[in-house]
Amino acid sequence: MITLLRTYWSTFLTGFGWTILSSCIALVASLLIGSIMAVFEVVPNKTLRTIGTVYVEIFRNIPLLVIVSFFYLVIPMYVVKINGFTAGTIGLTIYTSAFIAETVRSGIKSINIGQMEASRAMGMKYVQAMRFIVLPQAFKVVIPPLGNQFINLVKNSSVLAFVAGFDLMYQGNAIASQTFATVNTYLIVGAFYLVITLPISYYMRHLEKRLA
Amino acid sequence: MSMIEFRKVQKYYGKFHALKDIDLEIDKGETVVLIGPSGSGKSTLARSVNGLETIQSGQLIVNGRDIADKKTDINRIRTDVGMVFQHFNLYANKDVLENIMIAPRIVLKMNEDENKKNAMALLDQVGLADKAHNMPSQISGGQAQRVAIARSLAMKPRCMLFDEPTSALDPEMIDDVLGVIKYVTSQSDMTSLIVTHEMGFAQEVANRVIFMDDGQILEDDKTDVFFKNPSNERARQFLSKIISH
Ligand SMILES: Nc1ncnc2c1ncn2[C@@H]1O[C@H](COP(=O)(O)OP(=O)(O)O)[C@@H](O)[C@H]1O
Ligand SMILES: [Mg+2]
Repeated sequence: MITLLRTYWSTFLTGFGWTILSSCIALVASLLIGSIMAVFEVVPNKTLRTIGTVYVEIFRNIPLLVIVSFFYLVIPMYVVKINGFTAGTIGLTIYTSAFIAETVRSGIKSINIGQMEASRAMGMKYVQAMRFIVLPQAFKVVIPPLGNQFINLVKNSSVLAFVAGFDLMYQGNAIASQTFATVNTYLIVGAFYLVITLPISYYMRHLEKRLA
Repeated sequence: MSMIEFRKVQKYYGKFHALKDIDLEIDKGETVVLIGPSGSGKSTLARSVNGLETIQSGQLIVNGRDIADKKTDINRIRTDVGMVFQHFNLYANKDVLENIMIAPRIVLKMNEDENKKNAMALLDQVGLADKAHNMPSQISGGQAQRVAIARSLAMKPRCMLFDEPTSALDPEMIDDVLGVIKYVTSQSDMTSLIVTHEMGFAQEVANRVIFMDDGQILEDDKTDVFFKNPSNERARQFLSKIISH
């Protein structure tokens, strides 16, 4: 295992880097899109509410691999050429954002409507009341489930391997097929994932305790 | 000059007719108490005044502007109309001082120093200057309601709506809150609409008392007339029930 790690050190690290990059982009983007969709789902405006609901219902009910393949295979045929990394990260973002939207929406719903009404009665706009009063409380409530979403996101980023996304899983596959050291390769790959997910897990627990 | 004027206002929740043909005028500076059994439409009426409930027909003029008119900027009206709720509705993520300062800051764009001075003065007025940096969860219901009143006053409203401001409070806290409301209504240019079951308080502060039942205004009298000799039978029954308690 040590020899394997030594020989393919830079290959593993490259994969690790792409996995982190993809995860970070998808995390920020899906948090943003997911929060917007969550707000869409609860606004008084019917059109926006429909958009939010349809978005969430579609993308959380399609397998991630299908979404990613769509961006990898279909979009380049009709729209624009994109590489596997980009397609995978976009797919990952959209898929995760649907789950984050559901999580954030439940957080918003858990904040009593009276605070929104009081904000509006003071002359705040809906968006201001959301931004300053409701969302900060909603996010606090959903930190534990959001943490789970982030961990899932990192793990799901292994889908990039299927579209030549250069990530950890992709490099692992390559090394395994070259060396036939299947067991050791995937043990190392698994350990690299833990390097990302365990700190998130630990940090979430810490946040949860601090905010409780 | 009227501050609030309902003209043939109808309000429906789906098929349910919650406000029936409401005609009501409240003059600038007046204090009006609204009473009636639970479910009679008191909250709905009060909440229509600042557009928290939308009306289906009729006109509702507040401070010279028609609430139902699409062109009316409802947020502009709301800066003139304060509201105090039964359950206080303080912002749980902000301390007491910030509860008072946030709306003047983001809605009125008030200067930060002036805002803070104003907020501290209001806290002092409601007797809670020492609670400025407490969170809402760290103060009692009576204190929370006084903060909520201060929060509304920070917008320098011309009109205040109180929807059962003491109904959620322990008995020993009610008088402090009523004292603050009494002070607010005593300011000569303040118009107030108060939904309450505190009849002694109503007799003390109200210029007029309105009795509602089943979405309608059944009685609208000067305070002494109302309590001595209400003409409506249901109002009479309601009074005898509530006062014998
Ligand atoms: N959001 C709503 N949807 C449907 N019905 C409502 C709603 N709010 C109030 N109502 C109904 O309207 C009537 C008047 O309610 P409300 O104004 O709250 O009465 P009050 O404040 O006098 O107790 C009640 O029958 C109540 O059930
Ligand atoms: Mg009510």
